[in-house]
Amino acid sequence: MEKFTNLKSIPSYLSLQNIDTDMIIPKQFLKTIKRTGLGKSLFYEMRYDENGKVIEDFILNKVPYNKSRILLAGKNFGCGSSREHAPWALSDFGIKCVISSSFADIFYNNCFKNGILPIKIEEQVVVELSEYSKRKEEIEIDLEKQEIKYGNKIKKFEVDSFKKKCLIEGLDDIALSLEKTSQIDNFEKKIKENSPWLLKND
Amino acid sequence: MSKTLYDKIWENHLVHKQDDGTCLIYVDRHLVHEVTSPQAFEGLRLQKRKVRRPELTLAVPDHNVPTTDRSKGIDDEESRIQVETLRKNCKEFGVELFDVNDKRQGIVHIIGPEQGFTQPGTVIVCGDSHTATHGAFGSLAFGIGTSEVEHVLATQTLIQKKSKNLRINVNGDLPKGVTAKDVILKIIGTIGTAGGTGYVVEFAGDVIKNLSMEERMTVCNMTIEAGARAGLIAPDEKTFKYLEGKTMSPKGKNWKKALEFWKTLYSDKDCKFDKEVNIEGKDIEPLVTWGTSPQDVSPITGVVPDPANEKNEDRKMAMERSLEYMGLKANTKISDIKIDKIFIGSCTNGRIEDLRLAADLLKGKKISSNVSAMVVPGSGLVKEQAEKEGLDKIFKDAGFEWREPGCSMCLGMNPDQLKPKERCASTSNRNFEGRQGRGGRTHLVSPGMAIAAAINGHLADVRKI
Repeated sequence: MEKFTNLKSIPSYLSLQNIDTDMIIPKQFLKTIKRTGLGKSLFYEMRYDENGKVIEDFILNKVPYNKSRILLAGKNFGCGSSREHAPWALSDFGIKCVISSSFADIFYNNCFKNGILPIKIEEQVVVELSEYSKRKEEIEIDLEKQEIKYGNKIKKFEVDSFKKKCLIEGLDDIALSLEKTSQIDNFEKKIKENSPWLLKND
Repeated sequence: MSKTLYDKIWENHLVHKQDDGTCLIYVDRHLVHEVTSPQAFEGLRLQKRKVRRPELTLAVPDHNVPTTDRSKGIDDEESRIQVETLRKNCKEFGVELFDVNDKRQGIVHIIGPEQGFTQPGTVIVCGDSHTATHGAFGSLAFGIGTSEVEHVLATQTLIQKKSKNLRINVNGDLPKGVTAKDVILKIIGTIGTAGGTGYVVEFAGDVIKNLSMEERMTVCNMTIEAGARAGLIAPDEKTFKYLEGKTMSPKGKNWKKALEFWKTLYSDKDCKFDKEVNIEGKDIEPLVTWGTSPQDVSPITGVVPDPANEKNEDRKMAMERSLEYMGLKANTKISDIKIDKIFIGSCTNGRIEDLRLAADLLKGKKISSNVSAMVVPGSGLVKEQAEKEGLDKIFKDAGFEWREPGCSMCLGMNPDQLKPKERCASTSNRNFEGRQGRGGRTHLVSPGMAIAAAINGHLADVRKI
């Protein structure tokens, strides 16, 4: 997985709350068997009209926000379907950090598996950042220090220590879990003794 | 120390716990479908990894499959490739598959319980957010992303942190005409789409106890629409009776042993929940959604709410956007809203009881001339049972189309989609913008309310049929 350390970008602001994963990447793009190439379809129905023409007015279609790597959004971002195509599309578009006052659980988790940092922070800070985004100036995310820097301000944010480590080091968590194979073996022995009906082939 | 049901299941599945609280938990049952699994199998292949316990995973194509005649295969190339890829992956990695023409094929959350694959006290995952459905059996069941699907395939475990405990008590009795779908819509309308974020929900109270297994599945199914990944209900005699004799249920000595264990699966009397919500059954009416979020609910007797009365600016903006998308004016009577399409099906309401209830209301009647309507049974076995009971005939005689099983118009990945501005009374679970087709307008309802809308051509009160 791509490592995440520092990120500087002009942020884009999507003022909607409850942005669901159907909005982030509509169903017709879930038919792929690949992880890549979804960036052009990100927020498809908001970015393109019925005839596939670009909607100039949409924030991610406007210069300089079309190059944003940081997305600010209303509360409960990523609700709905568990589709990991949502973070794949964000990442493929270039967005590596999403800032909101709250996230849906599955989406939040999926971000970390794809080198994206979701930052959960007080609504007031999101409002301030959204105002700041109008200046079209870069802000900086420092994951190591857990800081968002904009203008002469610094805001601290919280992140789970293990998830942070995985992002910074770009760790493959399957490899980490496979290191615990003997513990999994032992656990299965216990199931075999206590709940033999669960392990079907034993 | 006294524990909640969730605490008990969690502790039973703990393989390893790090100092920072990150846990490795064991997964007993894994369901796989064609949309969220190809990249996971590909990941295994690239890393030369195997599926650790192929017999604990069950696969079925459901999202992409056509609901019309299947004998000629799938027209849409991408859909066909996805289904073929699932077939190939299952064969290569030794995973059991209920293929498109197998009569056991159906929506992944319908077939799990139907086969007895779903069992109390287990951890069940699937790359699909409606996995919470299986929580109706007192299992910890939740949706995961594709990277996690790969993780489960490779290790039969997941990396997780424990959630908080939320109990939602639905007390008393339900009025006539009010069903499980109304109960869960009421819950979502009460706590909001983010109300359960960070929690595992236990549904309790007399209303929940009195629900059948199928109704409990409807309630648990939409837990994710209230923000919680998992919702569960303590197993009881109904649960055991439902599972007895199912193909994959424990047998003989194992059945007795399992039963003994399942009876310990409840929240201890004096256990502590991080949050509790109480809802009175008598306060629930038949509900419909008017907006583009499942929390936008109104009783059928109500009116479309007026954003002008909303004090929170963000909420007001969201409501205005919803009404514009839905093509609705504030203060319109809900029962005046005309409907073009009726969809009965999905993992929320595609089970045999749903079809029985709908057919019973429909018997001897015709659908309105301005609607087109379809029933998509949740599985091949549901379809077979319904046909045995003659339900298909009732639907067809009334003017419904009777289709092959799958996810269908719940998310419209197959050809079953709404056209722009088409308005649908749907028994599915999401009314998001574009969910059933770009520009399509979804009103979430119970199967009974879908029939009321079908007969009247507008949203209507099921109690008046």
